[in-house]
Amino acid sequence: MMLPKAAWSLLLRKGGRGRRGMHSSEGTARGGGKTPPYTNCYAQRHYPMPEEPFCTELNAEQQALKEKEKGSWTLLTHAEKVALYRLQFNETFAEMNRRSNEWKTVMGYVFFFFGFAALVIWWQRVYMFPPKPITLTDEWKAKQLQRMLDMKVNPVQGLASRWDYEKKQWKK
Amino acid sequence: MNPGSGACRDCATALQPGRQSKTLTPGPAAAIQSVRCYSHGPHETDEEFDARWVTYFNKPDIDAWELRKGINTLITYDLVPEPKIIDAALRACRRLNDFASTVRILEAVKDKAGPHKEIYPYIIQELRPTLNELGISTPEELGLDKV
Repeated sequence: MMLPKAAWSLLLRKGGRGRRGMHSSEGTARGGGKTPPYTNCYAQRHYPMPEEPFCTELNAEQQALKEKEKGSWTLLTHAEKVALYRLQFNETFAEMNRRSNEWKTVMGYVFFFFGFAALVIWWQRVYMFPPKPITLTDEWKAKQLQRMLDMKVNPVQGLASRWDYEKKQWKK
Repeated sequence: MNPGSGACRDCATALQPGRQSKTLTPGPAAAIQSVRCYSHGPHETDEEFDARWVTYFNKPDIDAWELRKGINTLITYDLVPEPKIIDAALRACRRLNDFASTVRILEAVKDKAGPHKEIYPYIIQELRPTLNELGISTPEELGLDKV
């Protein structure tokens, strides 16, 4: 099931990865012909070589550099090598993989909405909740506890074992 | 520690998701046992894998698409490529007059090594003759490894 190369190229282009058009200049510090790509053709850690070079419009100086690239690379200066890299790729691996402070924003939103939810529930408790069921009133709970002690609930290790039946108080 | 042909690889050589019908098969000269995904059946040895990829990049009239496809596929594997594979890839870049891709390949290899910081210096050490011959600078020499 081997597709010819042209068909693969077509498949890759249509299958979820957009085509990058010509770039218009953005006037950044690094040479001409650069915009952040609007497609999802971003280079990633697992996709280091994107289809299109970052800069497709080259000025005369850059074209001259491309010509020099065809000769021996030992003749290129460090600056020229960096320029060639920047023409081809938007970000280095280091830049691509850099950390961000987005997590602080996310946690901020999370806590904010926790607080907002808490305020909503407080309001609901004041204005909306019905009265407590009778079994949760203090009076009923006291009678319930007394009944449990009379029955000697969990007398070995549990509740009744902690009640001192002579002194009628909790054991110290 | 000698990062030889075995140590550069993780233990997942048996499951190589790139080995499906999508991958370009190498030229007819390579004697391969299987290009299918397998957890059963005959395994391709490390040497056969290396040879296959070296042959792929050594194709004299390789084109830019094939180079990119090869590198992107190789990077999806759970292994750091052997220096000889990278050497073949760098020479393919030279034939294509594509300097930027050489630096990119070295960056990608360093990234593949992940937390194993000793792998990349070893690979650079092995590639040093080729780097000097072709005039390729490492990302560190160009200052591209800093943010």
